[in-house]
Amino acid sequence: MATARKSARRRQIEQAIAYPLDWLEYRSGLIGGVKYFLFRKVPGDISWAHTLGSATLTAFIVQLITGVILAMYYSPHPDTAYASIQHITNELTLGWLVRGMHRWGASVFIILMFFHMARVFIFGAYKYPRELNWIVGVLLLVLGMMMGFTGYLLPWDQTAYWATVVGVNLQGTGPFLGPFLVPVLQGGPDIGAETLTRFYALHMLLLPGAIIGLITLHLWMVIRLGVSSPPWSSEAAGADRVEEEAPARRGLVRGRRGGGDA
Amino acid sequence: MSTPEGNEQPHVPPPSLWPVGFAVGIAILLTGLVVGPAIAVLGAVLTAAFGFLWVRDLRTEGTPLPQPPDDVETQPGAAPAAADTGPALPLATEEEVERFPRSRFLEGATLGLGAAIGGLVTVPALGFALGPAFARDDPHEADVGPLEAFPQGEWRITTFLSDPEQGEVSRRTAYVRYNGLREGLPSFTILSSSCVHLGCPVQPNGPIVEDEAEEEEVGDTVVRRIPTTPAGFGCPCHGGAYDVEGRRTAGPPVRPLDRYAYSIRNGRLLLREAFSVGEVDNAGADAVLTRYPRSIPGVHVDGISRILYPLPAPPGF
Repeated sequence: MATARKSARRRQIEQAIAYPLDWLEYRSGLIGGVKYFLFRKVPGDISWAHTLGSATLTAFIVQLITGVILAMYYSPHPDTAYASIQHITNELTLGWLVRGMHRWGASVFIILMFFHMARVFIFGAYKYPRELNWIVGVLLLVLGMMMGFTGYLLPWDQTAYWATVVGVNLQGTGPFLGPFLVPVLQGGPDIGAETLTRFYALHMLLLPGAIIGLITLHLWMVIRLGVSSPPWSSEAAGADRVEEEAPARRGLVRGRRGGGDA
Repeated sequence: MSTPEGNEQPHVPPPSLWPVGFAVGIAILLTGLVVGPAIAVLGAVLTAAFGFLWVRDLRTEGTPLPQPPDDVETQPGAAPAAADTGPALPLATEEEVERFPRSRFLEGATLGLGAAIGGLVTVPALGFALGPAFARDDPHEADVGPLEAFPQGEWRITTFLSDPEQGEVSRRTAYVRYNGLREGLPSFTILSSSCVHLGCPVQPNGPIVEDEAEEEEVGDTVVRRIPTTPAGFGCPCHGGAYDVEGRRTAGPPVRPLDRYAYSIRNGRLLLREAFSVGEVDNAGADAVLTRYPRSIPGVHVDGISRILYPLPAPPGF
């Protein structure tokens, strides 16, 4: 009897936990989506090398969090930027730590991106049907380096200023668009207050937004296409090439019967 | 994942007044946070009481629990295999698209209007983001001191604000040498310190006499003049080297150092806009040079390289 009562109570508790989750799942499908994401099938012989992408993502999340906190104290004006960095580093509680995490984390992020890229290249994981994910990854690499370039100016010390002078003028020697890129980056004919606010806006808003969007696309394709098995695996690494079907939709509104994303 | 399509059982809870009391309770609670703790407690009690009654009603009235999506398809009365075809409405076939050109018109109109609205928003935003970068500032004249501050044949490292409104960030350095009179007019050689390789500040190769530095307040700004006796100029970044006429002697620069145009008014030297230089022949007051609009560093301003460079930089950059 005792065990039966206990299991009845247990059922009640389980129901109490399940009810809100079911409520959420029924309306949004989020629970199923998370389960689908976390409990995917992956090849049995993947290794630690396959975790480099997740490591890069983790490094980016660290950059996001520390960056948001730094933005609470940083002042993007030529007269105050350097002083605010000194304030963060020397006076604010744990400011040195958060700034250090952001500063070194930037290098970690870039280095991990290269390691991840090397793994994908050596394992041949960029091949059909994952070519587009390689392309998105390259865009992410470029955006990550632009983050490094724009972030480097923000401390507004001599190194930052002259490194940016050189970096911007390097862009200027590019063919065709180079000379026009210089004033766009500088916000004017010289590096000044508008360069700092411009780099700040790029570093804080435009580039992170673009990176988050591309990471979403990157992950979506990892989920959709699955993780490739290593070259020494007995499992097939990719899918068999399929004949591409005729376009499932005519126009954007009307779909043909049997079309769709299935 | 399957969708809860075809689950026709209504999930509407029965009519109830308890949520009204619940909402009033929350309003009183929030008011109490401003007005006083007693009212807040009253609000909390009301909220808790009505919340309890509401939940009890929901539990006892037997509102069906939401069915897990997996069970949906097995429910009696559900549309068979509705999840596979998406929306229950029949999809238009190709023939229907042909038969209803109005839908095609609406599709095009939606896309066209969307593009027009998007353009209306994007064009001014892009213009605002990029336009000011290309706007020309009015040229500023920077007063760097009386002519007597520049003895003949001597160099002064002269720093000044190129745009006082911007403040110290616009401080520029020019190497100024008075060459004496030429045809009755004072002649100056005024080199910009910006290396024409990639823009680092070139330094004088020679002693800098900090002890004899002069500071002069001109308007709201401070002008500094430091004597130096350079044998030439060198760039610390990538090893570009120039002679005292600004001609490249070594390293990666592609043209001579830029110079400043100048005026003399009321016995004072005024620096005007900077300009780029093609070739420099002779030296000092007798120097003959070709003047070009200021170009960004690393760009040829004359010669065959100018033609080979695919897109000439617009004047002033």
